[in-house]
Amino acid sequence: MAYVAVKGGERAIDNAHRWLAEERRGNPEVADISTAQIAEQLGRAVDRVMAEGSLYDPSLAALAVKQAQGDLIEAAFLVRAYRTTLPRFAAAEPVDTAEMTIKRRISAVFKDMPGGQLLGPTYDYTHRLLDFALEAGFTPPAPAEIPAEPEAMPRIHDILGGEGLMEQDAPSDAEPFDITRAPMQFPAGRDARLQSLARGDEGFLLAMGYSTQRGWGGSHPFVGEIRVGSASVDIVPPELGFAIDIGDVELTECQMVNQFAGSKTQPPQFTRGYGLVFGHSERKSMAMALVDRALRAAELGEEVKAPAQMQEFVIYHCDNIEATGFVEHLKLPHYVDFQSELETIRRMRADAEREMMQQAAQ
Amino acid sequence: MAEAAKTPRQIWMSVLARASAAELHLHLQDAPQLPDFRTLRGPEAGLVMVRGRAGGGGAAFNLGEMSVTRCTVRDAEGRIGHAYVSGRDAAQAELAARIDAALQNPDRHDALQDAVIAPLAEAQSAARQLIQRKAAATRVQFFTLATMRSDS
Repeated sequence: MAYVAVKGGERAIDNAHRWLAEERRGNPEVADISTAQIAEQLGRAVDRVMAEGSLYDPSLAALAVKQAQGDLIEAAFLVRAYRTTLPRFAAAEPVDTAEMTIKRRISAVFKDMPGGQLLGPTYDYTHRLLDFALEAGFTPPAPAEIPAEPEAMPRIHDILGGEGLMEQDAPSDAEPFDITRAPMQFPAGRDARLQSLARGDEGFLLAMGYSTQRGWGGSHPFVGEIRVGSASVDIVPPELGFAIDIGDVELTECQMVNQFAGSKTQPPQFTRGYGLVFGHSERKSMAMALVDRALRAAELGEEVKAPAQMQEFVIYHCDNIEATGFVEHLKLPHYVDFQSELETIRRMRADAEREMMQQAAQ
Repeated sequence: MAEAAKTPRQIWMSVLARASAAELHLHLQDAPQLPDFRTLRGPEAGLVMVRGRAGGGGAAFNLGEMSVTRCTVRDAEGRIGHAYVSGRDAAQAELAARIDAALQNPDRHDALQDAVIAPLAEAQSAARQLIQRKAAATRVQFFTLATMRSDS
């Protein structure tokens, strides 16, 4: 495959982008939307762009949403491009999700969890009826408040861990693989897979997770816990030599609990798939946890037969920036490629016709 | 990092990291003027790689980056202040570094602590408590319905 430089489109491109800017702005009689409005009022879109753009910065993500006219994959692409312009100062200490300030925390397996079930600001149990009050401009009443004492919110495996019925985390201080610094290799470690999934396309992961539920590599999942809240980020700058807290990130964590029949070395117990995503994004964190568990098939001695269990298939195709690049590059000039294909087809047709004439003559 | 285990400097740095430049300016009006300073580095924008742990408590993995601004200053009294703050607010990072330097001076510490750190810490804590109270109002209070059959 070859690309040939084609000149002569500069003015057309400039004019196309001028028109794009006008179209992006829309009807000038309608007020311009501010990035602060996007960050405040389209928070889930901003969260998705931060997760898939792999950069936590709500105001930048809001700008990207505005610039991309709400095309969230284009917005994530803008954010990814921006991050390449900045130096990395440090890698943070792993966030402690047990210590998050929690807005929402639910479990589908334990009714009476220590710390309770907190619904938080959720779309669950809404009727999915369009609310025309929002169209008219509506100021909601203040949320209800109940005095709260800080209460420990143990994770699901800390509750069931005692009996050995649930797989425990294996703590490790190993330096994690970084897919932004080193090329992916297969089989990939769980660290590299989780990093890929955390910035993977929500739609792709949702479909892959769904496929496991429909029998393509199923492992009978339960939502052990979902928690949404903010966690502080600590770094240890070398010039200080001690940990400092540099601010908060909002996160959604999903602990999926799955059946496991046991293996030669392990008794039957529940295993877990894990999802952790920037922002409030339950669907993404659940899909990530389903796919994380499916990708552990080989490690757990299960037969790898469904797409969601295949590392190369999932990891190489979950990134919507890469996928967009390769699919959309088809729009670029392929004039010479196509010309040569055209000539090949003409030659093949001429050969076939000649053969048919010869056969008819015999 | 558990709050109880933090040193005073770690606490004030975490408070400064969560305060906007506007908030810092506002509270600095109630304190003696900060000493003159020279920037040794920045303020400059960069990234910090945020990490999680597989399963919540297992091996670390890279989750994604966050934007961070850092600044280092030396003030006229010879003290060096550092700031690393989330986001891209250069004015916040520079002020946070200047306040960090000044807070290390015992002659200035108490006034700044009272005028800047204490009220900001209180506001930040109040914001967290507000979230906890709203969350508590959405706590599910389960009760069991005893079903009775009348055809026995």
